[in-house]
Amino acid sequence: MDLYEYQAKQLFGKHQLPITSGDVCETVDQAVAMAESIGGPVVVKAQVKTGGRGKAGGVKLAKNSEETREVATAILGMDIKGHTVHKVLVADAADIAEEYYVSFLLDRANRCFLAMASVEGGVEIEEVAVNNPDALAKIRVDALEGVGPEKAREIVEAAKFPEAIRSQVADILVTLWEITVREDATLVEVNPLVLTPTGEVLALDGKVTIDDNAAFRQPGHADFADSAIDPIEARAKSLHLNYVKLDGDVGIVGNGAGLVMSTLDVVAYAGEEFGGIKPANFLDIGGGASAEVMANGLDIVLNDPDVQAVFVNIFGGITACDAVANGILQAIEQLGDSVTKPIVCRIDGNNAPEGRKILQDSNHELIELVDTMDAAARRVAELAAARKGAK
Amino acid sequence: MSIWLNSDSKILVQGMTGSEGTKHTRRMVASGAKVVAGVTPGKAGQEVDGIPVYNNVADAMAATGANVSVVFVPPKFAKAAVEEAVDAKIPLCVVITEGIPVHDTAQFFQYAVNAGTTRIIGPNCPGIISPGQSNAGIIPADITQPGRIGLVSKSGTLTYQMMYELRDFGFSTCVGIGGDPIIGTTHIDALEAFQNDPDTDAIVMIGEIGGDAEERAAAFIKEHVTKPVVGYVAGFTAPEGKTMGHAGAIVSGSSGTAAAKQEALEAAGVKVGRTPSATAALMREILS
Repeated sequence: MDLYEYQAKQLFGKHQLPITSGDVCETVDQAVAMAESIGGPVVVKAQVKTGGRGKAGGVKLAKNSEETREVATAILGMDIKGHTVHKVLVADAADIAEEYYVSFLLDRANRCFLAMASVEGGVEIEEVAVNNPDALAKIRVDALEGVGPEKAREIVEAAKFPEAIRSQVADILVTLWEITVREDATLVEVNPLVLTPTGEVLALDGKVTIDDNAAFRQPGHADFADSAIDPIEARAKSLHLNYVKLDGDVGIVGNGAGLVMSTLDVVAYAGEEFGGIKPANFLDIGGGASAEVMANGLDIVLNDPDVQAVFVNIFGGITACDAVANGILQAIEQLGDSVTKPIVCRIDGNNAPEGRKILQDSNHELIELVDTMDAAARRVAELAAARKGAK
Repeated sequence: MSIWLNSDSKILVQGMTGSEGTKHTRRMVASGAKVVAGVTPGKAGQEVDGIPVYNNVADAMAATGANVSVVFVPPKFAKAAVEEAVDAKIPLCVVITEGIPVHDTAQFFQYAVNAGTTRIIGPNCPGIISPGQSNAGIIPADITQPGRIGLVSKSGTLTYQMMYELRDFGFSTCVGIGGDPIIGTTHIDALEAFQNDPDTDAIVMIGEIGGDAEERAAAFIKEHVTKPVVGYVAGFTAPEGKTMGHAGAIVSGSSGTAAAKQEALEAAGVKVGRTPSATAALMREILS
C-alpha cells in the first residue's frame, strides 16, 4: 500500500526523523488554523497518490492566513489525474538552501534492498537517473546486514554530500533504514531532503510503500487504509476476496492470480470485436476455493451496476469443478430474482465433467457453458455488447 | 531426466501436521512422490498416514535421507522454517506459503545465498513436478503426463492451464516459481537447467506484469538458450499501480508492463502467444 505524504511524515515523526512541522487538514478552516499555529509562511500540498501534483497546481506557498485560505480553497476538491483532493498537508515553508534525495527500496532484480542518494534532489529522481546518472549513487543493501553507521557513511560519500553535513545525513539514513525494516516498507523515499540556511537537514516530503503481507505484525498500518476506497472493493475486502475494480462491462470471476490476469486480457482482445468491451474487474477466488467463496465472488460481481455479463473462468487444480458449479448455483439461488445478467462459464481440470453436468442439469436460462477460454471470452463480450446496446 | 526433482527425490514436509500440510502430503503421496518425513516442532514421534514426524529438519534428514523440503508453514513462521532447512543443508526447499512479508523473504533468501547449499523455489508458488517421477508442492499430478517440454511459470493456475493444453505431449518438469516480488528460483535459473537437461526438448515460459524478470530472462535466452522457447505474458489490461492478486504483480509507472515483456521476449527470438491456447498452439507447431 502506498501512503499519502502526510502519513509518510507521520511515520517519519514517530521514528524521530527530522521533519518540517505541520499536519493534514480536510477543510479550509482547518488549514487556516494550522497555518496560524505554525506562524509564518506555509506550504499547502494536495494529498493524492499520484505524481506531478506540483505541475497540476496542487502545491502552493502561502505567506499568511488570507493566502492560506485562498490556496486551500483552490486545492481542496481539485482533480489531479483523476484523483480528487480531499486532504491537504499544511506545513512550515522551510527556508531551503539545498535540496537532496535519499531512499531505500526493494530491489527485485537483485533480491536485496537498494539505497539511492543524490545531492540533486527536488526533481523527479528518474530524470536525474537518465540525464545525470553519475549524480545518483546506488548502493546495494544486504537484507541481513542492513544499514548501520558504516554503511550510511558509504552511501553519503558515494553521493558526495558536502563534508559539513555528512554525519547528519548518515544519521538520517540509519533512521530511515530503521523505518524501512520496522515498518515493513518496500519503499521509503525523501525528496527533497533539505538543508536550511541555518544548517539543519529536514525531510520536506516523503513517500512510503508498506508491505500488505506484513499486516499481521503491523496492526497500526490498518489506520493508513484509504477511506475513499471504491465501495465494491471495500465489500470484497470484507469478504476476504482479492478484487480490483476496473472500468469495463464484463464481470470476471476466476481462480488464481495469473489465470485471472490472463482472463482480463483475453476478454479485452475479444471485446475489440464488439466495440471495445472490457473487463469490469479482477477477482481471484483463490486456488482452493469452496462453493461459498464462489458464491460470494459472484454476488460481488453481479451486484456491480457496470457489469453487463459475467465470465466465470475456472481451472480446477486443487479446486474441484463440481464444488465450483455448486457455488455458482448457490449464488444464483441466494440472489434470487435480482440476477438478470448472463453468466458464461468455462470450467476445466479436476472433476470438470461432473461440474459441467451440474450446470447443464440446472437448465438455468442465464448460465451458458463454453468449452474453451478463448471462445468463452468471445461469447461473453458478445453478450455484454448486446445488453449494453439495448440500454 | 528432469530438473531438480526426480524419482529418487525424498521429500519432507515442514508443517505436515497442519491442515494444508496434511491435505497436500496425501495428494503428493497419491501421485507417487516419496514423502518420507514431516517436521513440526514439538511433535516428534507422531505420524501422518504412517509418515514419521520430527522436531526439526536436521533430525528428519538424518533419519530418512530426505533431500527436498516442502514448506507449508504459516507466513509468521516461514522465515524461521526456511532458515532451519538451510541450516540443515537440504539441497532443495520449496516454499508454498503465500503472504510472507517481503523483508522476511529477502532475509531468508540472503541466508540461503550465504550458506550456498540450498536452492529455494518460491515463496507463494505451487511447487515443482516431474510427471511420473515426483511432485513437491500442490500441482495436481493428473493434468498431464511425462514428456519432453519444460515449463516455468510465475502463476499456479496458468501452469495448470498450460500443462492441460499440452497434455498430449507431456512435460519433463514443470516449475512454478511464484508471484512474489522476491523469489528464490527465477525464470533464468529454470531456463538454464532446462537448456542443460538432455530430456527437455523445448521450453514454455509464462510471465506476468511486475518487475523485470521476463526482460532479464529474454536477455539470457538470447545468449544461452538454443532450445526453442515459447512465451506467454499475463496482465496486458492491468491498470498502473494496482496489485493484481500476486504481491509482485504490479505495474509501477511505465515499468513492469506486459507489453515491454512481450517485446523483450520477441526480440530474443521467443514466440509469444496472445492467449494461453495460442501459446500452446505455437509449441505444437514447434514439436510436430
